Amino acid sequence: MAEFTGKSVCKGVAIGRIKFYSQQENTVVREKVDDASAEQTRYEQARDKAIEELNALYEKAVTTVGEDNAEIFNVHAMMLEDEDYNDSVSSIIAGQQVNAEYAVATTGDNFAEMFASMEDEYFKARSADVKDISERVIRILTGKENSNDIGEEPVIIIAEDLAPSETVQMDKSKLLAFVTRLGSSNSHTAILARTMNIPAMVGTPIDKAFDGKMGIVDGYEGKLIVDPSADVLEIYFAKKKADDEKKALLQELKGQENVTKSGKKINLYANIGNPGDLGAVLANDAGGIGLFRSEFLYLGSEDFPTEEAQFQAYKKVLETMGSKKVIIRTLDIGADKQVDYFGLEKEENPALGYRAIRICLTRPEIFRTQLRALYRASAYGNLAIMYPMIISVSEVLQIKEISKSVREELISEGIKVGEVEEGIMIETPAAAVMSDELAKHVDFFSIGTNDLTQYTLAIDRQNEKLDVFYNAHHPALLRLIKMVADNGHKEGIWTGICGELGADTTLTEEFIKMGIDELSVSPGAVLSVRKAIRECE
Amino acid sequence: MKTFDYVITDEVGIHARPATLLAKKAKEMSATITLVNKDGKSAEAKKLMAVMGLGIKKGETVTVNVEGENEDAVAAEMETFFKENL
Repeated sequence: MAEFTGKSVCKGVAIGRIKFYSQQENTVVREKVDDASAEQTRYEQARDKAIEELNALYEKAVTTVGEDNAEIFNVHAMMLEDEDYNDSVSSIIAGQQVNAEYAVATTGDNFAEMFASMEDEYFKARSADVKDISERVIRILTGKENSNDIGEEPVIIIAEDLAPSETVQMDKSKLLAFVTRLGSSNSHTAILARTMNIPAMVGTPIDKAFDGKMGIVDGYEGKLIVDPSADVLEIYFAKKKADDEKKALLQELKGQENVTKSGKKINLYANIGNPGDLGAVLANDAGGIGLFRSEFLYLGSEDFPTEEAQFQAYKKVLETMGSKKVIIRTLDIGADKQVDYFGLEKEENPALGYRAIRICLTRPEIFRTQLRALYRASAYGNLAIMYPMIISVSEVLQIKEISKSVREELISEGIKVGEVEEGIMIETPAAAVMSDELAKHVDFFSIGTNDLTQYTLAIDRQNEKLDVFYNAHHPALLRLIKMVADNGHKEGIWTGICGELGADTTLTEEFIKMGIDELSVSPGAVLSVRKAIRECE
Repeated sequence: MKTFDYVITDEVGIHARPATLLAKKAKEMSATITLVNKDGKSAEAKKLMAVMGLGIKKGETVTVNVEGENEDAVAAEMETFFKENL
């Protein structure tokens, strides 16, 4: 077994036989010709045929990889019509009285050289395009067949480099992955791989000797494994299976509504911990952000984050999500999340201690800074604010007074603020029991099932000895959830679940029956939950 | 001769696709359209490879010169083209 690393340009896992793909070597010999004008005509005919081929390739590529990616073949056709390129070929043929093949090869090399010497990575990568078009003309001139046959069995293609035209012409059903020594992540071939969703790597030390051996391409880690051991194969079979299932789900469910068979729609949002997760939110097609933990701002900082720093971070998330709802939870420091500069004392029982809203209400300067940043950001998207660890109505009234004064303060300073929904986490049994009263003062409930479970069952999930007593679906918990949803609906507010239980697809149907309006899960779980919702009656 | 400056806003600069569109457009005009990059290097707009060879990136100013038939109208059309595509 041997392992090689490279730069992954398209994620995914592929397992199969390796095939070394060698470019059709067009060895060009310089030959003197008697009739230069006949040679010029030969060139023009070959060039026109190449342009015709490229136009046909464009048509084919539009249907397989889309107009944007197909555009490269239009560019190639235009390159062949380029005046300087054609002048160069003609002047070599006429001036040196040589064959068209040689003139095209020399011209191609010169232009490729020009691009290769440019600083910018994008323009550098264009030298491959010039080589590609020149090779095409030479192939036509020499009368060779254009064969891109890769055999019957699906294979992992390894090659020195692949031209986009070569990639597009390969039969996708027989292409498991490709790995090249050359090429950049900017190359058209890399872009095509991403569009075709085939695991791909560039910059990998490949060897002709790999041909015919078993191989694994791990596009997540940028690894090519040749002759894998049985153990490694087994690990990768499992990895591939999970990967395939996810991809299939994505294909099937992206863009679909979260609607049950009987037509009940529910909102399916994602939980995130920092702006870096936004890519995953969009990739998994979440309808919004149901829980944005604001702790990252505090944990990743040496001192209290400034209003401006917070504002910029919230604004970025809101702008990225556009009109989709973004529910930001105010800071939940304390318990297992400690930050030195808060100067919190060590506690015997931090889960039941000085944390979250309890810090905010006793140190209002910290709270006001965060609220100012949030309200300022509210002008840039669809913001909702959620307060954690609530146990009583009086806390909510106190919070609302502070948030109202922050909002008014900003308006009096002439700062634009948007419409903001204010809701609370239901994660203490007290809040669940008091939800009928709490519902009168807030715009929504979001049930934090992790804490609600541990507080309701009085079970510490870190303690393995308690596993025998633990039941994630304990009826006490399910009754509380139902009660919260009912109480919310009585006051006309919506109720969501943002804890881990929200992603438990064995409960999806039950949650929908209870009237839960929103589920917020980790980005990777969005599509499997959507599937479960769509299978509900 | 009509001339205007334009600051490139496209992320990749004057890359293959807009350069191809530009070349196609320039070929339709009888006026000569020339692009000059920040280093003073110039290329005719109808010459795709030469334009790409200028390596004009985002944020750089390109000077566009139009000389010949209908140069006012052509320059105005080119300015619109740059705004829309680059």
